[in-house]
Amino acid sequence: MKPDNILLSVKNVVKHFDITGGFLDQIKFKNGRIGLEKISVKAVNDVSFFVKKGEVLGVVGESGCGKSTIARVIMGLYPPNSGEIYYDGKRIDNLTHEQMLPFRKKMQMIFQDPYASLNPRKTVQQTLEEPLRFHHPEFSNKEIKDKIEEVMDQVGVDPAWIKRYPHEFSGGQRQRISIARGLILDPEFIVADEPVSALDVSIQAQILNLLMKAGRERNLTYLFITHDLSVVRHISTRVAVMYLGTICELAKSLDLFANPRHPYTKALLSAIPVVGEKRAKHIKLKGEVPTPVELPTGCVFHARCVYADERCSTQVPLLRTLDNGSSVACHAVEENRITA
Amino acid sequence: MTKLQKFKESYFLYSFKRDKVAMASFIILVILLILAVTAPWIAPMDPYGANNIDIMNSEIPPMWSDGGESQFPLGTDNMGRDMFSTMLYGLRTSIIIGVCAVALQAGIGIFVGLTAGFIGGKTDAFLMRLADIQFSFPYLMLAIFIGAIFQVVFGVGSYERLAVPLLIIIIGLAEWPVYARTIRASVIGEVNKEYVEAARIIGLSRPTIMVRHVLPNSLTSVMVISTIQIANAVMSEAALSFLGLGMPVTKPSLGSLIQSGFEFIFSGSWWITVFPGVWLILFVLVINLLGDWLRDVLNPKLYKG
Amino acid sequence: MSHLLQINDLEVKFALRTGDITAIDGIRFTLDRGEKLGLVGESGAGKSVTGFSIINLLSKPGYISKGKIFFQGNEISSYPNEKMRKIRGNAISMIFQDPMMTLNPVFTVGFQMIETIQAHREISKANARKIALEKLKKVHIPSPEKRLEQYPHELSGGMRQRIIIAISLLTDPAIIIADEPTTALDVTIQAEIMDLLQELCASDNMALILITHDLGVVSQVTEKIAVMYAGKIIEYGSTDQVVKHPVHPYTEGLIKSIPGTLIKHGEDLVQIPGMMPTLTNIPPGCAFNPRCYLKESICTQKTPELRDMGQGVQAACHVKQRGNRQNNNEAG
Repeated sequence: MKPDNILLSVKNVVKHFDITGGFLDQIKFKNGRIGLEKISVKAVNDVSFFVKKGEVLGVVGESGCGKSTIARVIMGLYPPNSGEIYYDGKRIDNLTHEQMLPFRKKMQMIFQDPYASLNPRKTVQQTLEEPLRFHHPEFSNKEIKDKIEEVMDQVGVDPAWIKRYPHEFSGGQRQRISIARGLILDPEFIVADEPVSALDVSIQAQILNLLMKAGRERNLTYLFITHDLSVVRHISTRVAVMYLGTICELAKSLDLFANPRHPYTKALLSAIPVVGEKRAKHIKLKGEVPTPVELPTGCVFHARCVYADERCSTQVPLLRTLDNGSSVACHAVEENRITA
Repeated sequence: MTKLQKFKESYFLYSFKRDKVAMASFIILVILLILAVTAPWIAPMDPYGANNIDIMNSEIPPMWSDGGESQFPLGTDNMGRDMFSTMLYGLRTSIIIGVCAVALQAGIGIFVGLTAGFIGGKTDAFLMRLADIQFSFPYLMLAIFIGAIFQVVFGVGSYERLAVPLLIIIIGLAEWPVYARTIRASVIGEVNKEYVEAARIIGLSRPTIMVRHVLPNSLTSVMVISTIQIANAVMSEAALSFLGLGMPVTKPSLGSLIQSGFEFIFSGSWWITVFPGVWLILFVLVINLLGDWLRDVLNPKLYKG
Repeated sequence: MSHLLQINDLEVKFALRTGDITAIDGIRFTLDRGEKLGLVGESGAGKSVTGFSIINLLSKPGYISKGKIFFQGNEISSYPNEKMRKIRGNAISMIFQDPMMTLNPVFTVGFQMIETIQAHREISKANARKIALEKLKKVHIPSPEKRLEQYPHELSGGMRQRIIIAISLLTDPAIIIADEPTTALDVTIQAEIMDLLQELCASDNMALILITHDLGVVSQVTEKIAVMYAGKIIEYGSTDQVVKHPVHPYTEGLIKSIPGTLIKHGEDLVQIPGMMPTLTNIPPGCAFNPRCYLKESICTQKTPELRDMGQGVQAACHVKQRGNRQNNNEAG
């Protein structure tokens, strides 16, 4: 693999959120002593991966697995506690606001909630104009108008509606406008955080097609975050499965869905309801997802895993690449203990 | 669709038309405002002009009682000023002080609230504790304190001239935390919304995002509390004047009018106190009623625009 | 033989300031003991309103303007509120999408369960507690005694939904109406809840109305399906048949637009153009006609009725109905 083929790489990123609150909340009485104690949500723990130019990397996982946090860390909305992020070979996680600006043009994000992602007090025109005027002060009014019309055409919103406010549009149309805002600076890389989850089924297909079309025409690279496994299967080149802030499996989309390796991936895939098929018995997981405040020792999945043994509860498994190119973080897979 | 058409079809206008109390309040308020603004032209006499006032006319009862004169429909006060004219001028003074004080409150409060809500952390804690301290100060104490400083700095003689800005500053400083708290709460609600994240991803600076994106979405609550605050400010002004800390008797606001009549109420000259009192209550009441209605209409839980 | 639940030409309207709008426009279906019906549609299609009107819990401007609802042979749609309360939450229970809407955060699970039983039955507290425990066991909640003492916020989302199901079972209902019961939950938990609902229907011979937008879930749980569009049922019949061989172009589009096995990886999905009309501007004729690839002139003039299309499926589509008639004629 040529390294120049890699657009974005994330190295050992850790992101914890302090939720202790004020100073008084930190004081804890423990073992006859008064001390300060901090409580933090361990949202992302030592995550590394890369995204190749032109591919769609899907990130799936259930709520609270840290997939949205990693998206926001990449976009520079949250500073990581440790770890590095490289874009096109340049480190971007430690840049100042001004140093970051050239990257802002190249990296954009599309959000989940089409009702919250557009400023309700701004017209479509104001929303789309803002990034252009900010990054291209040299553009004339005519150029800006042309650009807005071009992008609106592309996302399938009538440019005649430019003076309207978001509440005059349906959810699907708002998501199109939100995509238009993401595309208007001609970015190379787009992080899509659950872009279709809030939409109705028939609208979902429209938006997915739109994203795929934009990807082809503009040669975009996507980081596509979703909890919907059938969506991720359809759109992604490769898929990373996350559980409690770590990646447990990363493989080519087709390989992953045909032959999941990690016990969690297996359980997850078996739970997808498929239209027109009565369910084969899905794999039941023991217990519940632990909270990211008190992470289990060893493999974060061990308490719920049928293959777990002594080693799993003490030693954290690392992502290892298998012969077919898939990477799995599981002692049982490594030791060949999983037979089925 | 034009703006006017949109307004005609809006929920805002619809609920206004259905609410008789709001409509009546609005009409009364508009009449009061017109009277106050046009006072110099419509008032029968100028109560500020010393040469118009004749002490011989003092304490004339309203025109319908014994001894009333048609020249003074609501009677005269103890200095011989026409009550009706004085009330019009008094309302004018009260409204000027109320509106300006609220503008000052809103200015300080919005700035502090925005900063606290958007920056968060230690800045937030500091500014909000400052607001708490401000709130735990009785505003009367503040009024005496600032009044004293004013008089030392500018001299007692110029008090008459400086009373209006002084009152504006006192009332403005006393109540800014109301705005700061409301704005901060609404900013904290807005800041985590995705459109703010989108603005950050574009690369806009924090102050720009605050002013251009967050503030306009927090203004609804400002509108609602502003109505209540204007009523409060007018009341505060009246209270201060009543205690002798506000407008001087030569340029009376409604509060100082009530106070000046209070000495005579037991000697039978009830009208000097009662008419300005009713006038004040009417004004504050219609503002409060309108504010109530506005709060219901703009409540995002009841109505989604 | 009368059905457990029968809905005849139900019409629900909402009285708005701009005039009445029709939210449910003449739907009919039946439900027998132990039967599981899926009510499918996109948001605004009227599926939740249908659920609420069955238990007569329509919120304020909404009212039943026409049609009748029969439960065990009795017309419950005309029951006064007092009488309806004996059926609602008793013989017919409802489960909502957000468990926190049903659970009161300031009371323990046990308190709420015992209160529910005592509201419907003359029973001692100790006995009510026994029933509560039994139902918690039935929904496979680990250490049920402990759960009775817990507050809703101490439980996970999946656990809360199980508690809600246990509460709905307290009065041994004949029908459970589940409105998007798993939409807020993760797939692995969704699968468990669906298993549980199926198991309960089988063991207690309970009927289930599953309201959801997820065709996948419906096709795995239910044997009957009603697809709703703009306040009407446009296709109704056996789930297997409808899902594998949809008749109505809308159902067909809905199924094909799901990313899955039908379309090759990375290729464009089949999409239905446009979007569902809002209730205030439903087009004349067939409500689906502006989005339909089979549209003909009749579709904009006449509203199609649900007609038998063979294989136990009814559909409301002029074009498909004509095709069906021709086939029958040729065969006959």
